Amino acid sequence: MAKKRKQTEAEKQKKAIPVRGTVMEKLPNAVFRVELDNGHEVLAHVSGKIRTRVIRVMAGDKVTVELSPYDLTRGRITWLHK
Amino acid sequence: MAQRRGRIAQITRKSARELEIMREAGRIVAQALEVMRQASEPGVSTDEIDRLAEETIVSAGAIPSFKGYHGYPAAICADPDDIVVHGFPSDTMVLQEGQVFGVDVGAEYMGYHGDAARTFAIGEISAEKQRLMDAGLEGLRRGIAAAQAGNRLVAISSAVQTYVEAQGYSVVRDLVGHGIGRAMHEPPQVPNFVQEGHFAEYNLTLRPGHTLAIEPMVNAGTYAVVQDANRWTIRTADGQPSVHFENTIAVSKNGPVILTAL
Repeated sequence: MAKKRKQTEAEKQKKAIPVRGTVMEKLPNAVFRVELDNGHEVLAHVSGKIRTRVIRVMAGDKVTVELSPYDLTRGRITWLHK
Repeated sequence: MAQRRGRIAQITRKSARELEIMREAGRIVAQALEVMRQASEPGVSTDEIDRLAEETIVSAGAIPSFKGYHGYPAAICADPDDIVVHGFPSDTMVLQEGQVFGVDVGAEYMGYHGDAARTFAIGEISAEKQRLMDAGLEGLRRGIAAAQAGNRLVAISSAVQTYVEAQGYSVVRDLVGHGIGRAMHEPPQVPNFVQEGHFAEYNLTLRPGHTLAIEPMVNAGTYAVVQDANRWTIRTADGQPSVHFENTIAVSKNGPVILTAL
């Protein structure tokens, strides 16, 4: 039976919804609680691209989070704003 | 090796004993395909073909791999004409003269899977469809021939794509072959096309004991496909026919061994 090809990172990001927010708290497993500018709270991982650099994400950081269109309470941190 | 880079999940190499069991699973799959080949005639419902395949597998002491796989409802995929893969067999889907009819079937025997597919001509088919079928089968043959120990996996993808596209056909991009063994779908993914940076798997060096299901899906028109509302069935986007050939193979010191043979 043919296997459905896994989505590439680029394709995943195409579907994702980018939103800005602020990191509230660092949780175990590289998960962060992020409060979005629209008031919602989501759990977010750090994107693979950011992880390749030595960038520490800390509480209080302004970030861009990409939300999965399937689960709006989960996201991926794709950008840290200065 | 690829595993060390952490990009591809664990890829297992099977022992001689495991390969023997997989050969047996493959033989059962080949028997089911043979039964289906003989039964595939105009006027026969795909439901009937599914039943025959399941009977063959069960009476050989194996379990149909597809049934219940992520909720899949049948033992085979029935893929006439524009259906690429994952067509549900049904009593209303009846084979018609002139169709190219793809069947895909898998069997689990003593914990190991075999998976293979063929496309059959129903009655008399047009010369164009015959040429498409020939191209699909030859694409599979060339893909298998490239599965030599020491080659990178990309050699398979490239062999299939180069041949099929030279014949003026296209290779489906949204579905891929796969590793196979204790599970029907194991890593690595085995694409039938080369797309730079798309798959970490391309760099995998093939070693004896790797078991792969190589399965080119060849479309007469564009490679774009659409999914039915049942979230399984895949059709060509332009409605033109598509063929599908698959074998489970093992990489060995002496070249690829087809496990899904009689």
